[in-house]
Amino acid sequence: MKKNAYFGLYIVIAILIVLPFVLPNSFYMDLVIRMAINAVIVLGLNLLIGFAGQISLGHAGFLGIGAYASAVLPTHFGWHPLLAMGAGAAVTGALAALVARPIFKLKGHYLAMATLGLGIIINIALRNEAQWTGGPDGMAVPAMGLFGFDLSSDKQWYWVVALLLSVSVWASLNLIDSPFGRALRALHGSEVASQVVGVDVVRYKVAIFVMSAVFASIMGSVTAHYVGFVSPNFADFFHSIELVTMVVIGGMASVYGSLVGAVLLTALPQALATFEGWETVVFGAILMLSMIFMPKGLVPTLAAKFGKGD
Amino acid sequence: MLAQFLQFLFSGITVGATYALAALGFTLIYNASNVINFAQGEFIMLGGMLAVFFTQMGLPLPVALMLAILIPAIVGVLVEKLAIEPVKGAETVTLIIITIGASLVIRGLTTVIFGKGTHSLPAFSGEAPIEILGATLMPQSLWVLGVTALVVVALWYFFNRTLQGKAMLATSFNRLAAELVGINTGWVLFMSFAMSAALGALGGILITPITLTSYDVGIMLGLKGFVAAVVGGLGNGLGAVVGGLLVGILEAMGAGYISSAYKDAIPFVLILFILFFMPRGLFGGKSTDRV
Repeated sequence: MKKNAYFGLYIVIAILIVLPFVLPNSFYMDLVIRMAINAVIVLGLNLLIGFAGQISLGHAGFLGIGAYASAVLPTHFGWHPLLAMGAGAAVTGALAALVARPIFKLKGHYLAMATLGLGIIINIALRNEAQWTGGPDGMAVPAMGLFGFDLSSDKQWYWVVALLLSVSVWASLNLIDSPFGRALRALHGSEVASQVVGVDVVRYKVAIFVMSAVFASIMGSVTAHYVGFVSPNFADFFHSIELVTMVVIGGMASVYGSLVGAVLLTALPQALATFEGWETVVFGAILMLSMIFMPKGLVPTLAAKFGKGD
Repeated sequence: MLAQFLQFLFSGITVGATYALAALGFTLIYNASNVINFAQGEFIMLGGMLAVFFTQMGLPLPVALMLAILIPAIVGVLVEKLAIEPVKGAETVTLIIITIGASLVIRGLTTVIFGKGTHSLPAFSGEAPIEILGATLMPQSLWVLGVTALVVVALWYFFNRTLQGKAMLATSFNRLAAELVGINTGWVLFMSFAMSAALGALGGILITPITLTSYDVGIMLGLKGFVAAVVGGLGNGLGAVVGGLLVGILEAMGAGYISSAYKDAIPFVLILFILFFMPRGLFGGKSTDRV
């Protein structure tokens, strides 16, 4: 590992520690918490898309499973929220593993189609099973209890999420420099070549897919508890696209790019609220322009410009 | 029993024809540029919405319909010129995001101009249903099927009997080789986007008297068109038509016999099964990788 690999991590931690003391009000506090949650999801997704070179257009479906596990199991069956979160992650992991083997024989657009289909099926199921999920209107999520007291205030949530984010950045950095990470990058470069040198291509692709799905499910649970409410929109196709866009705009195969992408795209809808009625047009135009002028994403483009590696 | 089955079949092939036109649009663009155009559904929506708008303005039906096909074709060409051509050779994900950005812009502008209401278009030749073995068929369904059949024949003629069509096919097989024998591949790209948008818009216009239209119908119609294109094996024109009809029929049967709430899920369940067992669709050939 490069000597300064952790330098960025220290900066991230420093910013996370200082932020709550400089944020002017709870509106910004809420925004930063949602940025951090998205950043963790995007880190996981970037391992799949950026490092392993596989597309998933159905990741919001996995978020949805986690979120609804945390809503349905405690509400209807009285499960402890942590247990529900674990169950959601387990179901997501099992589902991802089950579909991953056949899916990862596919490539490119066929893979995009399969993951997109999976996400849409999950979303339709959440919409239709109204007796459990509240249907299109969604349902309330009970508070998360940790060690005897309820997580409720923004401050408490902030520190939980900040901790999750720091650990995820640290884990991603380590993973990328591990033999596992090198194998992933190898198969992104050339699948045939990595097979020839003995990388079990399908096994690695399945492993990273399951891992990023479980990441997403857990963060889906976290979001559900934090917001206190879930609706099927949380698991829809558009949300999947938003997550992929965060990965690509920030920079594929860039850990800090994931953070930048999540921060920018979480803030964007707030910034666009002033364009009454034109939000969709402006959002679409921004997606197109940023991809046309920075197809590699923000962080790698800037890094190349200033002659420094990520 | 039979009447019910026929009823489902009629509605299935009617919607299926729209999926087939959308799938042909995906296929054309995919062959010319290797891009999956996620804005395809918005052309379907645009065709229907513009047809409604122009007929309400009092234009005669044929003129209104021509304009409702022409304008989406121009929009398609703009998308190609402004957004696809500048990023030649970009990664698949990048291209997917660009076309989704384009679809958001088109949908957003439609909402700004026409609002979020649901609109209908009068059927082209009356609403008197035709009875066949106890099932009813709307005259509009005949329009959908007839026009789709004509389009398929015309496309077949274009690709097999005209120089321009053969040039487009040649480009899809091998761009470099096509350029070497003097084919203007830039023109091919231009034509594919124009034709693909026009096909989508045509499907949108034909189906609007049956299913109504609004600013947001494009997403599902487009995604199902994509399913249809993949069912048949991406890049295969005949496969796209068969795929479209198959998706439409299975969806109608599933909605009728199994569960209407899960109607929209049926095409996606179908495609997962097909891809699990036939990773390149029903008609996709084998491929080898060059290292």
